[in-house]
Amino acid sequence: MNPESPPPAGGTALPVQLWKPNRTLSYRVELAVQIIFAAFALISVATTIGIVATLVFETWEFFKEVPVWKFLTQTKWTPLFGSAQFGIMVLISATLRTSAISMLVAIPLGMLAAICLSEYATPKVRSILKPILEILAGIPTVVFGYFALLFVTPFLQNFLPMLQGFNSLSAGLVLGIAITPLVASLSEDAIYAVPQSLRDGSYALGATKRETIISVVLPAALSGIVSSLILAVSRAIGETMIVTLAAGQTANFGLNPFVPVMTMTAFIVEVSKGDVEVASIGFKTIFAVGMTLFLITLSLNIFSFWFVRRFREKYE
Amino acid sequence: MTTPYSPPESDPLAQGQFDSKLEKRYLLDNIFQVLTWSAVVIAIIVLAVLLIDTFVDGLGRLDWDFLNSLPSRKPERAGLHVALIGTLWVMTIVALVSFPLGVGAGIYLEEFAQDNWFTRIIEININNLAGVPSIIYGLLGLAVFVQVLEPITGGRSVLSGALTLVLLILPVIIVATRESLRAVPDSIRLAGFALGSTRWQVVREQVLPMAMPGVLTGTILALSRAIGETAPLIAAGALAFVASTPTFPVVEWVQNPVKALQILWTEGIQDPYTVLPIQIYNWVARPQAEFRTNAAAGIIVLLVVLLAMNSVAIILRNKLQKTR
Repeated sequence: MNPESPPPAGGTALPVQLWKPNRTLSYRVELAVQIIFAAFALISVATTIGIVATLVFETWEFFKEVPVWKFLTQTKWTPLFGSAQFGIMVLISATLRTSAISMLVAIPLGMLAAICLSEYATPKVRSILKPILEILAGIPTVVFGYFALLFVTPFLQNFLPMLQGFNSLSAGLVLGIAITPLVASLSEDAIYAVPQSLRDGSYALGATKRETIISVVLPAALSGIVSSLILAVSRAIGETMIVTLAAGQTANFGLNPFVPVMTMTAFIVEVSKGDVEVASIGFKTIFAVGMTLFLITLSLNIFSFWFVRRFREKYE
Repeated sequence: MTTPYSPPESDPLAQGQFDSKLEKRYLLDNIFQVLTWSAVVIAIIVLAVLLIDTFVDGLGRLDWDFLNSLPSRKPERAGLHVALIGTLWVMTIVALVSFPLGVGAGIYLEEFAQDNWFTRIIEININNLAGVPSIIYGLLGLAVFVQVLEPITGGRSVLSGALTLVLLILPVIIVATRESLRAVPDSIRLAGFALGSTRWQVVREQVLPMAMPGVLTGTILALSRAIGETAPLIAAGALAFVASTPTFPVVEWVQNPVKALQILWTEGIQDPYTVLPIQIYNWVARPQAEFRTNAAAGIIVLLVVLLAMNSVAIILRNKLQKTR
């Protein structure tokens, strides 16, 4: 029945004056809400545009003063000295050291933990272990930095006397522990999504559990696992506090994991801690380094996106 | 579709050589199982060592004076007061701004938006933002909030830092909101429409209240991530050494609300600040052992705050599961 129609003559169970729908108002509110909320959703787009615009603008300013080829080929990083050199490869080599070491920890630990949680642990054990991994994932990175600098480094120095107080080895190891939960939980989701029928088929052919996992389950979950690993690499490259605290602020070119190094993120922190003058070369340099960092992580994310689309296995 | 997976040489099954020696295969199976368990055990041991190490170092330093002292160049007199108040200020603003923005955007994308290019761009964009390193947000905050918007934000202020963190956690809140809204059965919406409600009325009165526990859980988890963030705030100009806290005009509030708002704006949210993780970072970075003890004590405080927030989130999540 149309609610706006008058009540039937005679029978007046409901006095219609009490409730009169104001449809015009409702539709206006509806429209206003839609526009406001759409604007909120657009903030995320504005954030991306803001990030790209600021990085591009300041990097452009930077390259007006420092030629691109110097930025890419010099082998010293001394942007704040009189005879300034801007070899980004020095910082990249530091980031490479910490993130490569971290992946050496996070890939085996994370994947084995994922296999354990999804294939071996009983539901009850799983319900205890998952929150523990979540706690590990939720610990602020500055705490991991404290741990790397003041526990792991002195501990490792017992076995490796050549290890210096700041080094990429303990920073990388702790960074690996910090991203292990990420690898574990994303890989576990991928492994969990593999249908039981594939495992049953493998068992029916006489394979043992390990053989099933390695030759059937992991290949079936490959796209998810690889994307989790790429995400972890990108997290390791962009991680800041652990490497700033434990790896030091000395720009060192090379691949030696025992000496202090300065990663890209550590440089940004080092400069922004002081009061940077706007339009000074220091200010522009952190944006150029930020741009490099952004491009590396962005290309990793795009690669992961492409990989998942290309190699995703779909099961009914 | 075929995968480019090439089986490892050591795997007899995949190589097509069926090894019939069952004992050997079962032995390998057991070794593999032990390996997977030891990975989990290693992670737990590291977590335990980290917590024990920090508590042993810091628990002795932790007392009421430590929480209430101003920062100092003398480690035994330095305290967490300014950092705690700073964290409270920043997180209050982050919560007040990010919750309506994130929930609103989530509602729009899930309930109102049609599936067109505009919506898809926003979705792809939100996924991409999750992969941007947090320190890049700090650079954005430095360029936009600290430099360009300095007349409004006051430069290196509470407001600049809070807005930087808002941008950082907004995607998390949006995704959590969308997931909780999606979990509300469509029959609720259809029933609302059948009674003549508009879409917004249905969302406001029926769908959102049902989704609220999930939305709140996601928001609290996002906020607890923001509390521990250090790098973006350092980049966006949080100062390591701040001697005073932002002013919250309690007395003026009763006498003259307009003046109180003015003070709140200029001496409150436009004030320089420091937060817990930055204070911890600052102490760890110093060479003196006493400052490092302070850092350990600060970490304990930070972890307790995080634990409290996560417990609330877990209680909400359990409540949510019971009502389903």
